[in-house]
Amino acid sequence: MLYREAGQFKTSYSADQAMLTIPLDRWFVFGLAAFAIVGVPLLASEYLIASILIPVLILSIAALGLNILTGYCGQLSLGTGAFMAAGAYLAYKIATNITWMPIWLVIPLAGLCAAAIGIAFGLPSLRIKGFYLAVATLAAQFFLLWLFVKVPWFVNYSISGVPTAPPRSVLGFDVTGATATNEAKYLFVLAFVIALAWIARNMARSRIGRSWMAIRDMDIAAELIGIRPLPTKLSAFAISSFYCGVAGALWAMCYINTVEPTAFDINRSFQVLFMVIVGGLGSVLGSFLGAAFIFLLPIFLNSAPGWFGYSVAGDIITHIEFMLFGALIIFFLIVEPHGLARLWQIAKEKLRLWPFPY
Amino acid sequence: MNRPEHILLSVKDISLRFGGVRALTDVSFDIREGEIFAIIGPNGAGKSSMLNCINGFYHPQEGTITFKGEERRQMRPHEAAAQGISRTFQNIALFKGMTTLENVMTGRMLKMQASFVEQALYIGRGKREEIAHREKVEEVIDFLEIQSIRKTPVGRLPYGLQKRVELARALAAEPELLLLDEPMAGMNVEEKEDMCRFVLSTNHELGTTIALIEHDMGVVMDLSDRVVVLDYGRKLAEGTPDEIRGNQDVIDAYLGVSHD
Repeated sequence: MLYREAGQFKTSYSADQAMLTIPLDRWFVFGLAAFAIVGVPLLASEYLIASILIPVLILSIAALGLNILTGYCGQLSLGTGAFMAAGAYLAYKIATNITWMPIWLVIPLAGLCAAAIGIAFGLPSLRIKGFYLAVATLAAQFFLLWLFVKVPWFVNYSISGVPTAPPRSVLGFDVTGATATNEAKYLFVLAFVIALAWIARNMARSRIGRSWMAIRDMDIAAELIGIRPLPTKLSAFAISSFYCGVAGALWAMCYINTVEPTAFDINRSFQVLFMVIVGGLGSVLGSFLGAAFIFLLPIFLNSAPGWFGYSVAGDIITHIEFMLFGALIIFFLIVEPHGLARLWQIAKEKLRLWPFPY
Repeated sequence: MNRPEHILLSVKDISLRFGGVRALTDVSFDIREGEIFAIIGPNGAGKSSMLNCINGFYHPQEGTITFKGEERRQMRPHEAAAQGISRTFQNIALFKGMTTLENVMTGRMLKMQASFVEQALYIGRGKREEIAHREKVEEVIDFLEIQSIRKTPVGRLPYGLQKRVELARALAAEPELLLLDEPMAGMNVEEKEDMCRFVLSTNHELGTTIALIEHDMGVVMDLSDRVVVLDYGRKLAEGTPDEIRGNQDVIDAYLGVSHD
């Protein structure tokens, strides 16, 4: 066995607290990142990049965001779509009104605006918990989408109400709008994914991550240790909404190339929630696994019959999809609430001693 | 003996009511620096309510609590924590989804100062603090002999060890006053002996003042320097274990006599 956790000794706390303590893990992640940056744009087909990788990566950011709020801090939210919409509309507004601002700054700025909105809708979380909080965030979902549709200021009084994403470039390459190449968009999105995933891992292993988890697991004990519930919960709302806002902005600018409300409706919120549940609550890796799984499953179902020479009507596939999703969600909630990420961890623990029984 | 500078915490005429229920009535006592102070009494006597008042979780309607010479009536739990009061719970209140190490690290929450950006990027103080506090936490882990379960999620640990991790989390904050709510409840004899050893060495080696609630009279009488007895929210007696053992009111209300 090449891959072993046993026998990997560390001699300093700094080494023990590194993000990836096992050298093989470290090299694997670096290798994967290098391949994603260099290999994928050279090798992958246009379809793979434009229709699969870009949306999966963007949804991973949204899933990371929701995972921070729900998985780490334990605050259930159904407003993900709304915070994504906030990011998308405000990114459009900023990009078209402050034209000198580079796009790599516009998107985080839109994320910050979404964070401010997230804080406002997170205020009730001090008083209400669980399903009641979920309903309060549902209010954000409906109110914000209504606001963006009804107030034409957000779309610069565009007559159709669905403006196209403005073309903007980084280092001379177009990265947004219809004119940009898929490779450029992909790399632009990938840069955000890598940075935000790294930051999420850092937060999870620092004081702020521990204070979120403490509030999630036992809020009274957390308070007696010195964690103030309101600032802690609001910071989770703010950072979660920042991630969702960035994801929404990228979705509009780099994937669908338009700013439209239907991309961020309640179904989007549920989709991201499913990703987090299936992928694994409280896990950065799980956010990626969940996003890939939930996004790819319908594509797989659509194309799998073709591989075996069958043709199945589209509506039947849609129905199978619904049934499978329902069954999967129930399966994960009952059997493995920590999702795919936990299954991976169990596999690793088994491998630690394999092939010996103990 | 009773010089005021030696009194760490002074509780004066505390009354706590929940609607019509009087949980505590005019309770007064002092906890002296460096002692082990026991609060005993029958179920429902107000022992846990008393601890909850001390660390700011309940707000008594009357009376004052003076900690380190500072008088207060209303205080939030996190403010009490900042002043140096930490505690364990009757029903274990660990963070179940986190490992032992993370639980104990959380206990040092208030000692960390890195800004959000430093934490998010794991640079500067963000990284230095994590490592410096890890060293402190490892001292506590060594002290309580829980090295082997460092990376185990606490939800998987047996009850006795969970109690010990909870003590570790409280000690990680380097408290001046440690409140223990039934630290030996539900333990077998060996676990109790271990826990007694840890309580005593915390008191002797770290110099922490300890206030504990316990039902095991053997433990209370052996460990504590002084004892206060509560019954129906009122103070029945206060004194050394020997005085308490001989006090007729306490024998009638709580200790009882052996009939063998």
